[in-house]
Amino acid sequence: MMTSNGHSTIPGRRKFLLDSAGAVCGFGLLATGLGIYSGKASSLPAGAIRPPGAIDEHEFGGACIRCGLCVRDCPYDTLRLAGFLEDVTTGTPYFIARDVPCEMCEDIPCVKACPTGALDPDLQDIDDARMGLAALIDQETCLNFQGLRCDVCYRVCPLIDEAITLEMLHNPRSGKHALFLPTVHSDACTGCGKCEYACVLPEAAVKVFPRKLAKGEAAGHYRMGWEEKRKAGRSLVTPDTEHQYNLPQGIQYEHGGAGLKQDTGETPFAGDPLKTLNRHSGEVQ
Amino acid sequence: MRVLDTGPGQHREKNGWALHRWLVFRRLTQLGILGIFLLGPLAGIWIVKGSLASSRTLDVLPLTDPYVVLQSLFAGHVPGITAITGTLIVLGAYIILGGRVYCSWVCPINIVTDVAAWCRRTLGITGNGWRLGKSTRYWILGVSLAVAAVTGTIAWELLNPVSMVYRGVLFGFGMAWIFIIGIFLFDVFVSRHGWCGHLCPVGAFYSIPGQISLLRVSAIRRDQCNDCMDCFRVCPEPQVIKPALKPDTAGSTPLILSGNCTNCFRCLDVCNRDVFSLTQRFDHRTTPVTTNQGEAMT
Amino acid sequence: MKLTRRDFVKSNAILATAAAAGINLPGISRVMAAHEDEKIRWDKAPCRFCGTGCSVLVGTKGGRIVATQGDPDAPVNRGLNCIKGYFLSKIMYGEDRLTQPLLRKKNGNYDKNGEFTPVSWDEAFDVMAEKFKAAIKKDLAANQGKAPEELTSSVGMFGSGQWTVWEGYAASKLMKAGFRSNHIDPNARHCMASAVAGFIRTFGSDEPMGCYDDLEHADAFVLWGANMAEMHPILWSRLTDRRLTGHDVKVAVLSVFENRNFELADLGIVFRPQTDLAILNYICNHIIQSGNVNEEFIKNHVNFRLGNADIGYGLRPDHPLEVSAKNNKSRADTIGSQAISFEEFAEFVADYDLENVSRLSGVPARDLQELAELYADPDRKVTSYWTMGFNQHTRGSWVNNMVYNVHLLTGKISEPGNSPFSLTGQPSACGTAREVGTFAHRLPADLVVNNEKHRAFTEQVWKLPQGTLNGKVGYHAVLQNRMLKDGKLNAYWVMCNNNMQAAPNMNNETFPGYRNPDNFIVVSDPYPTVTAMAADLILPTAMWTEKEGAYGNAERRTQFWRQQVKAPGEARSDLWQIMEFSKRFTMEEIWPQALLDKKPEYRGKTLYEVLYKNGQVDQYPQAMVTDSRGHHYDNDEMQHFGFYVQKGLFEEYRRFGLEGPKKGHDLGEFDHYHETRGLRWPVVNGKETLWRYREGYDPFVKKGAGIEFYGKDDGKAWIFALPYEPAAEEPDNDYDLWLCTGRVLEHWHSGSMTRRVPELYRAFPDAVVFMHPNDARKRNLRRGMVARVQTRRGEISLRVETRGRNRTPEGLVFIPWFDASRLVNKLTLDATCPISKETDFKKCACKVVREA
Repeated sequence: MMTSNGHSTIPGRRKFLLDSAGAVCGFGLLATGLGIYSGKASSLPAGAIRPPGAIDEHEFGGACIRCGLCVRDCPYDTLRLAGFLEDVTTGTPYFIARDVPCEMCEDIPCVKACPTGALDPDLQDIDDARMGLAALIDQETCLNFQGLRCDVCYRVCPLIDEAITLEMLHNPRSGKHALFLPTVHSDACTGCGKCEYACVLPEAAVKVFPRKLAKGEAAGHYRMGWEEKRKAGRSLVTPDTEHQYNLPQGIQYEHGGAGLKQDTGETPFAGDPLKTLNRHSGEVQ
Repeated sequence: MRVLDTGPGQHREKNGWALHRWLVFRRLTQLGILGIFLLGPLAGIWIVKGSLASSRTLDVLPLTDPYVVLQSLFAGHVPGITAITGTLIVLGAYIILGGRVYCSWVCPINIVTDVAAWCRRTLGITGNGWRLGKSTRYWILGVSLAVAAVTGTIAWELLNPVSMVYRGVLFGFGMAWIFIIGIFLFDVFVSRHGWCGHLCPVGAFYSIPGQISLLRVSAIRRDQCNDCMDCFRVCPEPQVIKPALKPDTAGSTPLILSGNCTNCFRCLDVCNRDVFSLTQRFDHRTTPVTTNQGEAMT
Repeated sequence: MKLTRRDFVKSNAILATAAAAGINLPGISRVMAAHEDEKIRWDKAPCRFCGTGCSVLVGTKGGRIVATQGDPDAPVNRGLNCIKGYFLSKIMYGEDRLTQPLLRKKNGNYDKNGEFTPVSWDEAFDVMAEKFKAAIKKDLAANQGKAPEELTSSVGMFGSGQWTVWEGYAASKLMKAGFRSNHIDPNARHCMASAVAGFIRTFGSDEPMGCYDDLEHADAFVLWGANMAEMHPILWSRLTDRRLTGHDVKVAVLSVFENRNFELADLGIVFRPQTDLAILNYICNHIIQSGNVNEEFIKNHVNFRLGNADIGYGLRPDHPLEVSAKNNKSRADTIGSQAISFEEFAEFVADYDLENVSRLSGVPARDLQELAELYADPDRKVTSYWTMGFNQHTRGSWVNNMVYNVHLLTGKISEPGNSPFSLTGQPSACGTAREVGTFAHRLPADLVVNNEKHRAFTEQVWKLPQGTLNGKVGYHAVLQNRMLKDGKLNAYWVMCNNNMQAAPNMNNETFPGYRNPDNFIVVSDPYPTVTAMAADLILPTAMWTEKEGAYGNAERRTQFWRQQVKAPGEARSDLWQIMEFSKRFTMEEIWPQALLDKKPEYRGKTLYEVLYKNGQVDQYPQAMVTDSRGHHYDNDEMQHFGFYVQKGLFEEYRRFGLEGPKKGHDLGEFDHYHETRGLRWPVVNGKETLWRYREGYDPFVKKGAGIEFYGKDDGKAWIFALPYEPAAEEPDNDYDLWLCTGRVLEHWHSGSMTRRVPELYRAFPDAVVFMHPNDARKRNLRRGMVARVQTRRGEISLRVETRGRNRTPEGLVFIPWFDASRLVNKLTLDATCPISKETDFKKCACKVVREA
């Protein structure tokens, strides 16, 4: 209630000024707190994967209006909305691959459901989704690295032989078996998390992370020579000349491969002359 | 359903139903909207999907909360066509029905704060408590947009109890119940109409289209007013009544034109003299105003 | 690492404190783990699953298997396992193990339509014996005055390639000697019978000449309908290693869809189902045309035969396909052949030229030629592998014969790296089903029931009166189900298999047979399988290392294990069940007077005394089972029966190899097997045989012969001229897709064990229908949608998979059969190879529609 008492004018103004200063401070504090909290909350934890087509994480928080329509349209109940005080930004959609992985629907209903474009409507082919990136993080427990034939992660991969391949090597311990090393390829992995989900270990040896966490970055100042040659289809400079060497008798030098080679002393003649004779007579006939 | 007490011993001419008609409609609407949303997850009947932030009805009609879209815009994201369409539909609806119709007919927190107000009255807590400025919510609205612009994320949604509660009910509560209790206690013990009337930036936002909205309450028979104060007592934004009911200038419009009127129509319910009625903003009809007998309102 | 009691208490206390504080102390828990590990008793056992025969070490503590590890000293797997083997320690501990006999009862009495009710073993065997006795009584009346070749029977048994050697042997004795019924067949009929028929027809002796060491010696591998990458994972690992480390080693894969083998294949061939017959004839033709026939070899070691064609499809006799078939009337017609010359054979296969076969098979001519070159190239050692793609085939016996044709024409056989090799699916398909002879036509060690001399030898070993054994071939697997349905087989015991799920045409044959009110069906199983659900009496069974056992793998390797733990509750081993049940019969009840007159000393005895406590099986007294490190092991059967049952049965069985009329089946001594990681038979003077029929490797080959296929009288193998003939049911307008069924790595057979391992269930929970994306699109289906797969016999619903491990060509769908909730054998056709009687689970016509 305002008062018309003149005495109170000066204290009233002072009070107003004080109140205003208080309000400015208060809202400043609120803004700062909110800003810090939002900054903290928008760093996605390692185990949380965004739905297919989710735009870059630092833009996602501004684009997603937390409506939950993607969650509703996910036919496998993969997606969930983060609750208050969860590690993932409150109200935004994510999934935990170990609980329910993305089944990579061909029609991508979650993206279709998104009203704002936080899930990019340009994603037409689910194979182009980059939800995260799988990484075989523990070679010490991965059964295939020990030579066993698990490779469950490989076989459940919807992009088998593209996103996960088995790199085959000789198993020197057993001497007669192969090692089938599951290897993730970032150019094909969508981050669906089927591999992590299916890993038979109590704690998965292959896990899906947000791509930023899982992917290294090659420096621009060094190139892999063999890769560049492969890409170009030829040597980037003039091919090497033919080399000639001073060598003792019976020794050859194979430039491109084996290096020094000793002649084995083999001749086309078998030790038993009868064999030579009979074979030749057979050929003459 | 007697949620609100109408106040001390006035001579009653209305029976229970007439006294609570709009309140019942409103509660039914609030719960009905929540119910339709819940039909999906609970019964598998998907009439509406999503939440108040954005929803899709019968797989065709998009509805999007303009406030959250505005924040998204401030955060630097131009929303998709669906969200824009949904926003325009919602804005259009509120321009017709009254901006803060959202607060009284849709928002789930309204039930909490109404109950809090009732408790406050029942417990006999008088006075306004901590007096927050009526402009506080606009500051908060401004802060929410500024933070969105600075951080590039819809930061207010980290705290927004309105969407939090709806998401909580529809997608699993998590810690969201903390907000319900917090707001309830705040409104009962700290500040009268503290949340909806002073702090909530959602209401602040909707009061803006509310300035021009079509559907209005008019104190059309203000001459019948017996100054029982019932309407002021139940009104969540009591300051909006006075210019229409007790104008400083005789002959000014009986329409309640404040954007902060929530069109809850509780005043229609409680007024024994039927002073108020529902009309549109261009209806300035009034019965002649009789001067109050010797009681100057200054 | 030793821990004093004080240390133990101390580290326990630290651990408890740490746990309370939520602290992880790696050093401490490692100490504890090492200490706990010390209490584990390790002993060897072969893996419970496939025919590869990996050895594992089983860790037992407190009467429970707590861990396993691949056996680093086992030659097959050198410490490795596949993902099924990795979970061996969990297969016995499913929450729903059966621990009590369960009988269908109503109002306290047995009733075919009653509810399963727990009963005592006594009551179970009482009811069961009553039913068997009733059936046998009827048989005795019907068989009065009949010769052994004419005996009929209405009791039967369906056994297993997962039985231990002695269980199969004891069961065979019970049925063939005791009940004089040859209606005993193993589930190996569904998986190995065509391989058996192929071996017998071509070589006169069952089982491969080569061994797994071929894997390290071949220059080329050709896989015919064998998805080794998933079904024989450890052998595939060896094959892959050879491909990686050998010089110019080639891998060719033939299949009706792209499977995991194709990942390694240098030559991947997807052919139209059934045209493998034509492709093999083309290869022979190519070998001949290109002058790569090993003429000396075929002159000395091979006879040429023209096999009878148009032999039908093993369907019921009134089926139109059977009515129209020319050579299916008698067994002689079906298996018959006549001698021809090499030139006639060359002329026969000349029709199968590159162009024709390429058109028929849908395989590019270039690929066919490349394949033929692998076999023809005299400088390339070739090993061929096959499993179900060949064996489950209405011409399965033929196609087995035909792959031998290729190896015999080039002489690429019976030496390191040159091997036609039939892989097996079950851990003891060879060791039990085949070597013990639990088939409807077989006796141990390659003997057969319809050979009087073989019967006479068997009767002598088994101390039976002459004429005891039934000379008529019994009902094979598919026929058993038909006869149950027709009411000809009335008392039936299913043991160690899940045939309701496994057998074809479930809706129309298997299920009606089991539920026929005339029949009494007993199922012995550790778990409530779909077969158990269809039974009248369920007997709870001890499994794997809950009993002493022996398995024989695909490379003729016999492996033993000791009992490690006790079976839960009242579960008892199959061996115990068989022998204990035999006590319920007196000889007078089951044999005719005339037979007993020949052995009057058997009068008044029980069948148990005649078959098992016969002075031979019971000659090894009860003793403590120990290993070289002094550990003690239970042997519940020995404890119960009072003598070393397993040893007695094995040593009696061993006489068939040592003394029997078919040479080259010698096994080693019982005790020796407990010491070794298995021995490959024939075992002579403690020495194993790696390659059969080759002088130097095989002690049974005559000196100077070089090669001798001594299973045949003249020592020569047979090359068969056999034509391409179409499948029993091919896609048409109504049912427009081929349906092929099979397996996945994660689950073994019907999944009754592996689906109870949570990790394996999670890795592949439900069966899906693999189909080509275009086929899906045409039917308005997308990946992940539920589709209805229908055949003329039934329908099932399952999700569509258009990606992943299997890539089917357009026009063919593939469904694995492990899933008890999606029983693909409701769809399959009960057409069999008329010779081997093995079902073709790989080919029938289906359609796929979107689920409404």
